[in-house]
Amino acid sequence: MLTGDAARRQDRAADAAAQVIRAERSRILATLIRVTGNVDLAEDATQDAVVRALQTWPRDGVPDNPRGWLLVVARRRAVDVIRREAHRAGKEAEAVALLDPAPDSPEAVRDDLLRLVFTCCHPALSLDAQVALALRTLGGLATAEVARALVVPEATMAKRLIRAKQKITRAGIPYRIPPAEELPGRLAGVAATVYLIFNEGYAAGTGDDVVRVGLADEGLRLARLLVELMPDEPTVLGLLALLLLQDSRRLARVDDDSRPLLLAEQDRSLWDRAAITTGVALVGEALRRTPVNPDRYVVQAAIAACHALAPSYHRTPWDAVISWYDVLLTVHDTPVVRLNRAAAVAERDGPAAGLALVGAIVGLAGYPWFHATRGELLHRLGRVDEAATAYRAALALDLNGPQAARLRDRLAEC
Amino acid sequence: MPTYIALTYTADVDWSSPEQASEMAEYREFGAAARAVIRGGSALYPTATATTVRVSGGKGGDVLTTDGPYAETKEALTGFYLLECADLDEAVSTVAKMPAAWNGAVEVRPVIPL
Repeated sequence: MLTGDAARRQDRAADAAAQVIRAERSRILATLIRVTGNVDLAEDATQDAVVRALQTWPRDGVPDNPRGWLLVVARRRAVDVIRREAHRAGKEAEAVALLDPAPDSPEAVRDDLLRLVFTCCHPALSLDAQVALALRTLGGLATAEVARALVVPEATMAKRLIRAKQKITRAGIPYRIPPAEELPGRLAGVAATVYLIFNEGYAAGTGDDVVRVGLADEGLRLARLLVELMPDEPTVLGLLALLLLQDSRRLARVDDDSRPLLLAEQDRSLWDRAAITTGVALVGEALRRTPVNPDRYVVQAAIAACHALAPSYHRTPWDAVISWYDVLLTVHDTPVVRLNRAAAVAERDGPAAGLALVGAIVGLAGYPWFHATRGELLHRLGRVDEAATAYRAALALDLNGPQAARLRDRLAEC
Repeated sequence: MPTYIALTYTADVDWSSPEQASEMAEYREFGAAARAVIRGGSALYPTATATTVRVSGGKGGDVLTTDGPYAETKEALTGFYLLECADLDEAVSTVAKMPAAWNGAVEVRPVIPL
């Protein structure tokens, strides 16, 4: 029987061990995939090492070189498996290469992890598969957790992951860092995957929770990992900045009834100042490194920074926000960006100017926020009947529970 | 090294007609440039020459022969290449140099060695 103090000490030790293991897991997996060339075997061996660490570290303490410890155990496990299989197939030699204590320098480990990032986010895989693989291999989530996070039945998720891993093996998706000339394009795909993971958590499109916190945190964790791996790439600096700035509003985004609040209604004292400071510094860093063509994540982060730094909604620097939207349109011209720009123009030049721009946007009939924005601007212009029609059009489309409740409130005011 | 088949889907043209001469010349150019990885391949006569065969009722059943390709699509299967490449990235960069990739689409699939 442990005394209270001893039990607390052990809990703390277990937490510390779990944290280190979580931080190291994907690195071990990445190295194991390189040395074994087999994702499934590498996952099993890594899992084995993790289980052993969870059993022994809380009791004996975290070793001085936790990564080395985990890698040795995982490698040994992989060798055992390969030996057993090789014995059956009469190919003993294959396991020998693994026994060689190859130098696992920090650079080699970093490169292994980068290879894993680019393999998981290879454009020959569907975006669904990329997201699932990133959460599974880079985030270390169990299949059941990935399924729960993405609101997909576990059996479906298991099949999706198997198919993705099979495609990597069978189609010969290479485990490597893309050459320099391909990097910007490939990085955009990686960023899109991480952003999607964050966004699934931050702006959950379905279900009753506005914030699926676990996924938003996972997106942030992966973005931090990318910055650690590629500290000179504006795309990843911009991505992390954007996620930090958006996430800084997390506590202020819903009211006591967990209904979403617009930027104008949020209590800015609830915004996370530390996240804003880091995010703004990253935007500056990314802008300095942005070549002639600005990166879309950097520009989006710059817009988020304008909002984050404004002392109040009515003191938002709308000129700056609109200029950044103009820059964004040069690299990422989508109807949604045009809609957001129109909303900013409405704040600076009045609802009529905004409404004219919204009316000129095509291709958003199926997007609820297009109708909601129109409704808002019509409402401000006193055209309540038209506003009500627009709100109804928005409500006829897919919205999560709290968002729909909010729009119904607006409709009731028409 | 893995082998890939690259199936070219383009407008349903008759590669043997003189009108296609300039495009065929582009394919020959591609063939020469990608000689190192090409293991075989051919252009196909148009889908009007296709015959689709099924055996109804399972093995040994009635042979059903119908006119036309298996799937009627705007862009039809018009040719194929067998490529031996180090990995999918090499296969993709090779295929991207085929006229079919900019006239239509190319499906790349790994081949099961038999």
